[in-house]
Amino acid sequence: MSTLLDVRDLKTHFFTRRGVVKAVDGISFTVETGQTIGIVGESGCGKSVTALSIMGLIRLPGKVVGGEILYHRNGEILDLSKLDPQGKQMRSIRGNEIAMVFQEPMTSMNPLFTIGTQIMESIILHQHLNKHEAREKAIEMLHKVGIPLPEQRVEEYPHQLSGGMLQRAMIAMALSCHPSLLIADEPTTALDVTIQAQVLELIMNLRNEFKTSILMITHDLGIVAGLADEVMVMYLGRAIEKSNVYNVFHEPKHPYTQGLMDSVPSITESRKKLKFIDGVVPHLLDVPPGCGFEPRCSKAMGICMEHVPLLQEVTPDHWVACWLHQER
Amino acid sequence: MPNDNILLEVKNLRKYYPIYKGIFRRISAYVKAVDGFHLFIKEGETVGLVGESGCGKTTAGRTILRLIEPTEGEILFRPKERVDGMEKCQEINVATASNKQMKDLRRNMQIIYQDPYSSLDSRMTIESIIGEPLLVHGLSKAKEREEQVRDLLIEVGMDPDYMNRYPHEFSGGQRQRIAIARALALRPQLIIADEPVSALDVSIKAQILNLLESLQNEFNLTYLFISHDLAVVRHICDRVAVMYLGKIVELAFSNELFDNLKHPYTEALMSAIPVPDPNYRVKRILLEGDVPSPVNPPQGCNFHPRCRYAKEICKTEVPVYQDLNNKHFVACHLAGTLSLKPVQRR
Repeated sequence: MSTLLDVRDLKTHFFTRRGVVKAVDGISFTVETGQTIGIVGESGCGKSVTALSIMGLIRLPGKVVGGEILYHRNGEILDLSKLDPQGKQMRSIRGNEIAMVFQEPMTSMNPLFTIGTQIMESIILHQHLNKHEAREKAIEMLHKVGIPLPEQRVEEYPHQLSGGMLQRAMIAMALSCHPSLLIADEPTTALDVTIQAQVLELIMNLRNEFKTSILMITHDLGIVAGLADEVMVMYLGRAIEKSNVYNVFHEPKHPYTQGLMDSVPSITESRKKLKFIDGVVPHLLDVPPGCGFEPRCSKAMGICMEHVPLLQEVTPDHWVACWLHQER
Repeated sequence: MPNDNILLEVKNLRKYYPIYKGIFRRISAYVKAVDGFHLFIKEGETVGLVGESGCGKTTAGRTILRLIEPTEGEILFRPKERVDGMEKCQEINVATASNKQMKDLRRNMQIIYQDPYSSLDSRMTIESIIGEPLLVHGLSKAKEREEQVRDLLIEVGMDPDYMNRYPHEFSGGQRQRIAIARALALRPQLIIADEPVSALDVSIKAQILNLLESLQNEFNLTYLFISHDLAVVRHICDRVAVMYLGKIVELAFSNELFDNLKHPYTEALMSAIPVPDPNYRVKRILLEGDVPSPVNPPQGCNFHPRCRYAKEICKTEVPVYQDLNNKHFVACHLAGTLSLKPVQRR
């Protein structure tokens, strides 16, 4: 496998009137070709901002202030964070080689244009096909994602489709240019479980067919367990644990990851008292000076209050940012 | 027949919404949101109501509280009241109760909504939000009320000094605690919790679920817990009812339902839930298509167009909702002949 995307020490900060919000504060990960990476965390942990940073979609007052987003493209390496977000090069990558599926299909489609027009837009732009060919292609993509009667659906408007169907159309749109990386930001959160299962199955099948790498961003541990090869757990803008899916789920090392695993009620086990993580996620303007998780951590020590633990390889291929597992 | 322990008994509840057409606004069809719903809840019990969006679970919950007027059916509520030190139990049909009776009844039945961002009035302080039910029912004077609100906040695990703050100053989990305090203010016997943890983050979800459980033990509350999340339901509920297109298709004790389920829809619903363990990468049972429209539900068994076991009889005859054994109710022609297994280890 070859490396497709290499994010190194990415920092995206938002400069608000009340202070600097360090939404993403030093994150590194690599995506190999054909691999699925799961990013998990609660709201406000910076997982969506990571995705938007890669896409070059961060707007003022936000700014990528540090790090590199190295995108490997036919042998050359591009640093996406240095490209002009509105520039020609970035625009030829965005939506073409790196595509994104957003959380709410209802609000991310334009209600004034037909499904077909919206899918055709990126096909015409990136693949230089004429309108007629693009329409054929759009129909083919809708067929691929399992939308019945695609010839009719291309003429319909977003409000005429159900949530699940719209999310399929979004996926068709994202995959229409055969991207090498698909970023899926909570793609099924707004959907029912049965529809969610359909959409996830679809993403898996398309991954196998097109060999697309996937960056799956979600708060649902179940989705990650069922889909991802590698998992990165985020908390307050930092990665706190990173490994393959088995290590993270079977031998979580960070107290936060352990807490998350314990607080999910399981369908395979009967009733017992749920464990939970005390307290709430601190506000990003008021981040603790040491480890971000220290105020909620049951195993906190003196050092946790003062120094931020760095992500280190504790056992082979298992990276943890916690003082419990490293030399001080 | 009237069992002392049954707090709420719903019989054949229906809620139809008319669809008007043409300039004379003639009724052309009905949306059958709730269509023949039977359920009883014992005192101190937690009953879960699960199903996909649009299956009528929220409508059922609100109709029971008569926040929505039922089209047909009986909602028998038997609150216990203390009169001269004696516990008295009277039966009231919520569906036909007068406005005055309703006001009294509402002291005993409360609701917690899904979205704590829209269910709290952003212009009211926490004190007035939680104190409002006490004010409306004339249960306490201003001075005492402050004290009661203080106690309620402590009960739901919040700092009583937050009383004078406004909802926007709180996180989702804290807001949901405030909503719970408001529902508890009148010391109700029945609380309908409509997706109370769906909008919350994973680590906060567990906190709120534990809070609901400990409040239940403390105040002997009875919950109707509406949710689409079967894992949460399995965790908190004594019995679980699965709804599809306005009807309950399966109802059983939690462990019985999860270990020995009988309805193909329940199987598909459970199979669809991602299990947070990479060893459970199952071959999912995928349901084809979306939930049919409740305007024009399929003939025979509602579920047959999406059911992978459907036989000829399913297309023509409506299955009877029956007790198989040990209070396991199913509405399926094939119940008992199928061996269903949604979750398998790889």
